[in-house]
Parts: sequence; structure tokens; C-alpha cells
Amino acid sequence: MAEPLLQVDNLSKNFGGIRASDALSLEVVRGELHAVIGPNGAGKTTLISQLTGLLHPDAGAIRFDGQDITQVPAYQRSLLGLARSFQITSLFLDLSVLDNVLLAVQAHQGHSFHFWKNARRDRDLRDPAMAALKRVGLTERAMQPAFRLNHGDHRQLELAMALAANPRLLLLDEPMAGMGPEQSARMVEMLRALKGEVTILLVEHDMEAVFALADRITVLVYGRVIATGTPQEIRANAQVREAYLGEQEATHG
Amino acid sequence: MIRKLNLRAVVIATLLAALLLLPLYTSLTGDRFALTLFTRIVILALAAVSLNLALGYGGMVSFGHAAFLGIGGYAVGILSYEGVGSGFVQWPIALGASALFALVIGALSLRTRGVYFIMIPLAFAQMAYYIASGLARYGGDDGLTLQNRSSFAGLINPSNKVQFYYLCLALLLGSIYLVWRLTNSRFGLAVQGARSNDTRMRAIGFPTYRYKLACFVISGTLCGLAGILLANNTDFVSPAIMFWTRSGDLIVMVVLGGMGSLFGPLFGAVALLFLEEALSRITEYWQILLGPLLLLVVLFARGGIDGLLKGARRG
Ligand SMILES: Nc1ncnc2c1ncn2[C@@H]1O[C@H](COP(=O)(O)OP(=O)(O)O)[C@@H](O)[C@H]1O
Ligand SMILES: [Mg+2]
Repeated sequence: MAEPLLQVDNLSKNFGGIRASDALSLEVVRGELHAVIGPNGAGKTTLISQLTGLLHPDAGAIRFDGQDITQVPAYQRSLLGLARSFQITSLFLDLSVLDNVLLAVQAHQGHSFHFWKNARRDRDLRDPAMAALKRVGLTERAMQPAFRLNHGDHRQLELAMALAANPRLLLLDEPMAGMGPEQSARMVEMLRALKGEVTILLVEHDMEAVFALADRITVLVYGRVIATGTPQEIRANAQVREAYLGEQEATHG
Repeated sequence: MIRKLNLRAVVIATLLAALLLLPLYTSLTGDRFALTLFTRIVILALAAVSLNLALGYGGMVSFGHAAFLGIGGYAVGILSYEGVGSGFVQWPIALGASALFALVIGALSLRTRGVYFIMIPLAFAQMAYYIASGLARYGGDDGLTLQNRSSFAGLINPSNKVQFYYLCLALLLGSIYLVWRLTNSRFGLAVQGARSNDTRMRAIGFPTYRYKLACFVISGTLCGLAGILLANNTDFVSPAIMFWTRSGDLIVMVVLGGMGSLFGPLFGAVALLFLEEALSRITEYWQILLGPLLLLVVLFARGGIDGLLKGARRG
């Protein structure tokens, strides 16, 4: 197997007494869509935050494309090609939809000490931003303030921002959270289209979506990896069924 | 954007025309007072424009911007007192001093959050106030009278009231243009992103601290320019120029006019100084009336005057 794009090695993170990451190891291979599932509080968001550098692990290492990035600050990781969408949408609500994506593009074009030229008319920013908006179907709303959009469109805008950065690894934290069935279906379609183009680490609660999209799945419980494998392997794994899937099926009636 | 005639555009055009034609009016009527009042309004509007850059666009609630008025004013006053009368020397030094002061305050305060960010510029401004009060050589508490206004080798004569007024107006309009360019540039977008959601900005790769700091320095320098003009206008500078209430006045102008709007600070400065004039004729307790009035604006017109004008276009 080729060298993995992302290699997480024995990551540990405690919040007081809570072990949010417990000697957590996992690998994401180039080109795959790797899903991370696990019950609420399993430490999925904490994992993503450590990958992007918003949180610092107590122990362990993160390697991206062969480089140890454990100590690299968040903004530089993003420049290396790690982009994330947030579980709780974290947009620039008072700026326009276009400005949101412009900023995501601008972040990757060197420093922003350009004081004079109009950024909104700068084709180097505008073209990729509009392309990303088109991809998620938000072209028409480009000039509206972001707070006017509904929840589903906020999630799409999150995705557009992550895409606009031309990432090498896309980290998606529950992109379908709070979406209705129709919006979810739209998001699944979009992820299917993206798959193969960009390597994706997907945290998602929607099991149907995960099993439909993922090449491989890692199951997290109490910060620990209890299984990694193809969807078939995960479905067949007794430990997973016991710890998680069974419980899910039970609660879903 | 559709360019159609709207209330806001009409108000801006009228206001600008009035400002441009004011000296004509005063020379016809001999109303010297109007020229004095409006020179002051224009200068304070410039200070409000500078604060709006930090506060409105950058989200930095600087409760100490009057310090820059003082630094600009004292730089001119002290240099003049020491025999350096040329504006070509005075002004760059005054602007440089303001920039440096802004760099120090900004570097310290931007590392903090919330109420501390408000307190640090305030503390520095009060410190500058007490230092100026202690400068016995330069008048201490009583302030310093300028023997001469800044001279510009005969190019402009700031002692001529009309010329000085137009100089101030040109600098005000120039600074509004500057803010317009800045806020639409990549730099401006980064600053507004940091105001809107700093965490997200850092997550997508912006070292926001340096952009906010640069914004604060530009803002402080521009406010220093207003200080230079203020000292020249009154031929006098005293510690009172940087007392905390003056910083408060500037914030009121920005909020009243509309935070983060290009012409808001101009609206705010005109409105506040007019209100002060009008209310002080009615009663000597005008400040008691002004307070509740401002409260109403903040409560019912979130976008300030600019917001009201914009809303009227839709409604
Ligand atoms: N900033 C924090 N401070 C304290 N505890 C936290 C913090 N973030 C997460 N936790 C705790 O860590 C555990 C994992 O949380 P999280 O990563 O959000 O789980 P998931 O995304 O899988 O639902 C939970 O028990 C949560 O309460
Ligand atoms: Mg989560």
C-alpha cells in the first residue's frame, strides 16, 4: 500500500477526567473516503480539531503527507492542504455568501497585505470562489448576507468554503447534521461526486450515508478505535455491533 | 449593485455639497461662527472615520482613541514651541508618533479579549493624559498655545480660515476614500473576516493578529492626523484633548452614524455636534438629554443613521 496521506499515531487528549482521544491511531489513504463513526461523545470532533490544530494533543503524533505536523499551527496546516467543515456551522454570518468563499480562497494565496486592489473584483479570488459556489448550487445567493440562508444552505456553504481552498484532505464533521431527508440526499450526491477527486475524512451520524459512501470506516468509542475496515467488515464485526451498531438499531427502533 | 436614486445617496450628496459650499455661505452672510463650527465637525468626523476603521470594520472596541488626537496635537505643539514650524517636518513626526503608539497599544491589547481589550487602550490613553498634564515645560494642565500654525512654504496657509477649512475637508474626504479602498481590498476582507469570526479565520489559515494590528495602526495614525488638525484649528493643545470622555464621544459618533458604514462617521459627527449645539441652547443640562437620545438610537436603529437611511430605501 502506498504511504498514507494522513497518519495518526497514538493520539491522546484528556479534558479533565474525560479521555476524548485514547491512544487513537488511524490512517487515511490517498483518494479514499474514510468515515469515522461512533456514538455521541466518542471524540470525533475532538479528533478533527486536533487534526486541524485547533486543539493540541497531550501525546501522540500526526503526520500529513510524510511530514510531522503535530506542532504546526492551525493556519499553516490549512496552507498545507487540510480543510475542515465545522459540525456547528462556523461561517462569517454578517458577510455575503461570496465573501465567505472569497476568504477561503484568499487564505491560500499568500499574505493579505494588499491594501488597494478591490478583492471582490480580483479574478484570482472570484473565479475559484464562484466555481465552488456553483458546485454546491449557491450561485444565485452569492450576494446575500450569509445569515439569510437556511440551515441546509449553511452546510452547503461550509462545504463550498472547504472546497474553495483546493484541499488535499477534506475533513467533514457531520455535514448532514440537522438536515432534512431531501437536503441530506443532495449532500450525499455531492460527496459522491467529490469522492476520488479529493481524499475525505468524514465524520457522520447518518449510517445510511456512511455505508453508501465510505471506502473504509473507523469506529470510535470513548476515544478509542475499536475497529477499522470496509463497510462489509464493519457490518460483520461483532464488537462493533455490540458497542455501537446494535445500540443504534435499537434506538432507531 | 443597482445605482438608483435612494435616500442615502441623496443625503450624502447634499451633505457633501453643503460642506463644499459652506465657505461661500459664510462669506456672504459673514457668519464666522458657522465656519468655526464646521471646521471642528470636519476634523472630528475625520477622527470618527479613523475609529470606524478599527471599531466598525475591525470590531476592535478601542476606548482610547482620543490618545491619538493628543499625540498628533502635542507633537505639533511641542515641535512648534521648540522652533520647528514647518508642517513638512511636524506632520510626519506627529503621524509617526501616532503610528508607534498605536503599534504598542495594539500589540498588547489585541492579545487579550473582551473587556480587557477595551481597558488597555483606555489605560494607555489615561496614562498619556497624565503624562501631558505633567509636562511643565509645555504648559502642564493648562495646555500649550501654538505660536504659529504649521507652515507649508506658502503652498497652503493654514492660518487662513477658509484655506484651513478646505484642507481639513480634503483630508476628511481623502480618508473616507482611503477607508473605502482598504475595506474592499484583500486586507480589508481579512480584517472583516476576523471581526466576524476570528476562530474560523485562523482555522482556514489567516494569522489574524497581524491584520488586526495593521488595521489598528492605520486607524491610530489617521486619528493622529485629526489631532494635528485639531491643534492647528484651536492654536492650542491641552491634556483635555485625550480625556476618556473624548474617546467616548468618538465611539458615540461611530455608533450613532452607523458602525462599519463608509459615511456613517460623518453622519455621526455632524449629528452629535449639532445636537450638542442645539441642546446646549435649550438647557445647560443638555448632556442629560443627549444620553437618553443616544440610547434610543442604539436600541431602535441598530445600524445608526446610515442604517435608517438604508432602511428607508427599502420601505
Ligand atoms: N472543550 C472541551 N472541554 C471539555 N470537554 C470536552 C471538550 N470538547 C469535548 N469534550 C468532551 O470530550 C468528549 C468527546 O467530545 P466530542 O469530540 O465532541 O465527541 P463527538 O464529536 O464524537 O460527539 C465528550 O465527553 C465531551 O464532553
Ligand atoms: Mg461532534
